[in-house]
Amino acid sequence: MRTPRNTVAAVFAALMLAVLLAPGPLRAAGAQPEEDTYVPPLANPVLEARAKALQTQLRCLVCQGQSIDESNAPLAADLRRLIREQMQSGKSDDDIKSFLVARYGAFVLMKPPVRQDTFFLWFGPALLVVGGAGIIGVTILRARRRLATDQAQGLDLETGDLK
Amino acid sequence: MTGELGQLALCLALALSLVQAFSGFAGASRGSVRLMAMGRGAALGSFVFIALAFFTLMFAYVTSDFSVMAVAENSHTAKPLLYKITGVWGNHEGSMVLWLLILGIYSAAIAMTQPTDSNENAQLGSRALAVQALIAIAFLVFVLLTSDPFERFYPPPFEGNGLNPLLQDPGLAFHPPLLYLGYVGLSAAFSFAAAALLDRRNDAAWVRRARPFALAAWTALTLGIAAGSWWAYYTLGWGGFWFWDPVENASLMPWLVATALIHSMMATERTGAFKSWTLLLAIAAFSFSLIGTFLVRSGVLNSVHAFANDPRRGLFILMILFVAITSPLVLFAWRAPKLSPGAPFDLVSRETGILINNLLLTAAAATILTGTLYPLVLDAAEGIKISVGPPYFTATVVPILALLALAMPFGPIFLWRRADFRATAYALRFAFAAAVVALLACLAILRPASALGLLAITLGVWLIGGSITDIARRAGSLRRLWLLPAGAWTSAIAHAGLGVVALGVVGASIWKSEAIQVLAPGQSMNVGGYTLRLDSTERVQGPNYFADRAAITVLANGKTITVVHPEKRSYPVEQMGTTESAIRTTVISDLYVVLGDPREGGGWVVRAYVNPMAPFIWIGGVIMALAGFIALRARISARVRATRAAAGIASEPAE
Repeated sequence: MRTPRNTVAAVFAALMLAVLLAPGPLRAAGAQPEEDTYVPPLANPVLEARAKALQTQLRCLVCQGQSIDESNAPLAADLRRLIREQMQSGKSDDDIKSFLVARYGAFVLMKPPVRQDTFFLWFGPALLVVGGAGIIGVTILRARRRLATDQAQGLDLETGDLK
Repeated sequence: MTGELGQLALCLALALSLVQAFSGFAGASRGSVRLMAMGRGAALGSFVFIALAFFTLMFAYVTSDFSVMAVAENSHTAKPLLYKITGVWGNHEGSMVLWLLILGIYSAAIAMTQPTDSNENAQLGSRALAVQALIAIAFLVFVLLTSDPFERFYPPPFEGNGLNPLLQDPGLAFHPPLLYLGYVGLSAAFSFAAAALLDRRNDAAWVRRARPFALAAWTALTLGIAAGSWWAYYTLGWGGFWFWDPVENASLMPWLVATALIHSMMATERTGAFKSWTLLLAIAAFSFSLIGTFLVRSGVLNSVHAFANDPRRGLFILMILFVAITSPLVLFAWRAPKLSPGAPFDLVSRETGILINNLLLTAAAATILTGTLYPLVLDAAEGIKISVGPPYFTATVVPILALLALAMPFGPIFLWRRADFRATAYALRFAFAAAVVALLACLAILRPASALGLLAITLGVWLIGGSITDIARRAGSLRRLWLLPAGAWTSAIAHAGLGVVALGVVGASIWKSEAIQVLAPGQSMNVGGYTLRLDSTERVQGPNYFADRAAITVLANGKTITVVHPEKRSYPVEQMGTTESAIRTTVISDLYVVLGDPREGGGWVVRAYVNPMAPFIWIGGVIMALAGFIALRARISARVRATRAAAGIASEPAE
C-alpha cells in the first residue's frame, strides 16, 4: 500500500505531466510569479529590438527548455533586465553572451556552440543528407540500368510486360 | 469493484492477445482457416476488453472514485464533466490505456478487413495480426506491471488533487487521441511489413493492405500535431505555436517518416519500385513512434524528476523499443539479399522524386532525433550540459525542408518510370513566376527583410502554384475540373496545404508585431495598426477557478471594432494560474491580447500581438489532413468496388 503523496509533490507531478503530455501549454506552466516579471521596454527602439532578438537566444535556466523571452520566471525577468542594462552601457550581443556563458556555462545558449564535442550535432545532418544522397544515387543508377536491360529485352516501358 | 473489473479486463485482453499471437502465426504457417479465424476473433475480443477497461477507468473518473489512486491524483469533484472525461488520458497511466485502446482499434480494423479464406493474403494478414498482438502484449504487460491505472488507495481521500489547469481545456479532448490515432496507427504498417518479411513473399501485397492504415494514421497525426500547435498558441499567452520541444519533436519525427512512407508506398504499389525502402520506412515510422513514447513516458527528457521515482517504466519501454526495432531489422537483413530488385525507373521519373522525398524527410527526422538526444548523450558521457534549442533546428531542419519544398512541385507532374525534366520545368513556369513575384513583392514591402522569411514565402507560393499547375494539367480545362477523380486531387491539396503552413509560420514568427504596456482603466496602447483601450477589469468565478477578466476595446482608425476579454485564471485546488488570451482573427491575421499581472499603484500589464497569417498554420494543417482523408476514402471505395467485382465473378458460375 502506498502512502498518499503530499500536495506539493502531486502538483509537481501534474506539472511534469503537462510537460509530458501537452507540447505547447507547458511553457505557461511556470509557477505564478511573486516577483515583478514585467521589464519595461527600452526607450531606444533599436536597442529594444536587439534585446528582444537576444532574449530568444538565451535559455531560462530554471524552466523546461524555454527561452527567457517566453518565460515568466523571475530569473528570466532578471536576465531580461540584465540584457537591457548591459546594452545601454554599450555592450555588444557577443559581449553579453560571453558574460552569461562565463556565469552559467554553454547551457544558457539556445544555439549550442560549434565545438569538438558538438561536431556531430552540427555536421551530422549534412553528412546524413550527403550519405543518403549517395545511397539513393546508387539505387537510381541500378534501377536505370535495369530499365535499359528491360528495354533491350523489349519490355513495355509502361507496364513492364513483354511487348 | 469497478477498478478490479478494469484490471480483470486488461488481464483478459492480455490472455486474448497471447491467443491472437499464437493462432495468427500458427494459422498462417499451417494455412489453417480455423486457426486464422481464431486469431481474428481474439483480436476483436482483446479490443472489446481493452475498451471495457478504458470505460471502467472513465467511469471511475466521472464518478470521482478516489479509491483509485490515479483518479485521486489527477481529478477533483469540482472539475467540469468534460475534464473528468478527458482527464482519463491527462496522466501517465490513463494515457497508456488510451494507447492500448487505439492499438486495439487498429487490430480490430485489420481483423475485420481480413480475407476469410486460406490464401496467401489471408496468411499475410494473419501474421500481421500476430505482430499486432505482440505489440499489445508488450504494452499490456508494461501497463499491468509498471503503470497500473486501477491501483487502489486506502483510505480514499475525500477530495482529489485535481488536474493541471493547463490541461483543463477542450484541446485535451482532441489533441492526445488524434496524436495516438496517428502514431499508434503506424503499428499497422509496421505489422504488415514484418508479416511480409516473415511471409517470404516478395510482392506489394502487404503495401496494398497496409496503405489505408498508414494513410489513416498519417491523417490523424497531421490533425493531432496541428491541434496541439493551435492549443499551445492560444493557451500559451505569447502567440508561439511551435517550440522544438522534445515532446513536440517526438510527434514530428514519426510524422516526417510516415510522410515518407505514404509516398514510398504509392510507388511500390503502383509500379513495384523500391520495395526494400518501403519495408524499411514502415519499420522506421513505428520505431520513431516508439522512440517518442519512450522519450515522453520514461522521463529521460525534460526533467530527471519526471518519472525518476519509477525507473522501471523507462527501462521497460527501452526494452520494448530495442526488441521492436532490432528484430524486424535483423529479419530484413536476413531477407534483403533474397528480395528481388524493385521495378526499374529512369533518372528523371516520379520514383526518383519519391526517393528524394524519402531521403530528405528521413534526414529531417534523423536531425531532429540527433538534436533531441545530443544533450542527453553529451551529459551522460561527458557531464557537459548544452542546450539544443530552436535556433539549432532552424539552422538544420529548415534547410532540409526547404530543399524538399523546392523539389515538391516536380514530383506529382513527373510521370512514373520516365519523365521529361524540361517539359515539367516548362509546365511549372507560372508557379515559378508567381514565386518570383512574391519574392520581389515581399522584398519591396515587408520589413524587416528576413532571408528566412523571404525563402519561406517564396517556397510557400511555389508549392501552391505547383499544386494549381498539377491540377490544371490533369484537368486540361476548367469544365473538366469536376470530372477529375478524387484521387487526382490528393497530392495537389496536400502540397498546397504545406505551402499554406509555410506562409503562416513565417507570418506569425517573423512579421508579428508586439507591444507590452502597463494600462490603467481608460488608457490605451497601440499595436500593429490597432488601438487597445482597457475599459475595466472584474473578478469572475468559474466552476473551479476564479479569474480577473478585462474588457478591452479594440479600435482601428478611430472606429470601435470589438471588445475582447482576456482572462487571468487562478485554480485554488491546483494552486496554479493560467492566462486565457483573447484572440480576434480575421483569418488573414490574428490580434492576440493577454492580460498580465496587476501592478502596484494600479494598472495592469497588457501584452498584445498582431500575428499576420497565423491562422494559415492550422488551416494548412487541416488542408493536408483533408488530402489524407480524400486519399483514404478513394482507396476504401476502390477496395469495396474490387470486392464487389470479385464477388460478382465468384457468383457468376452459379448463375
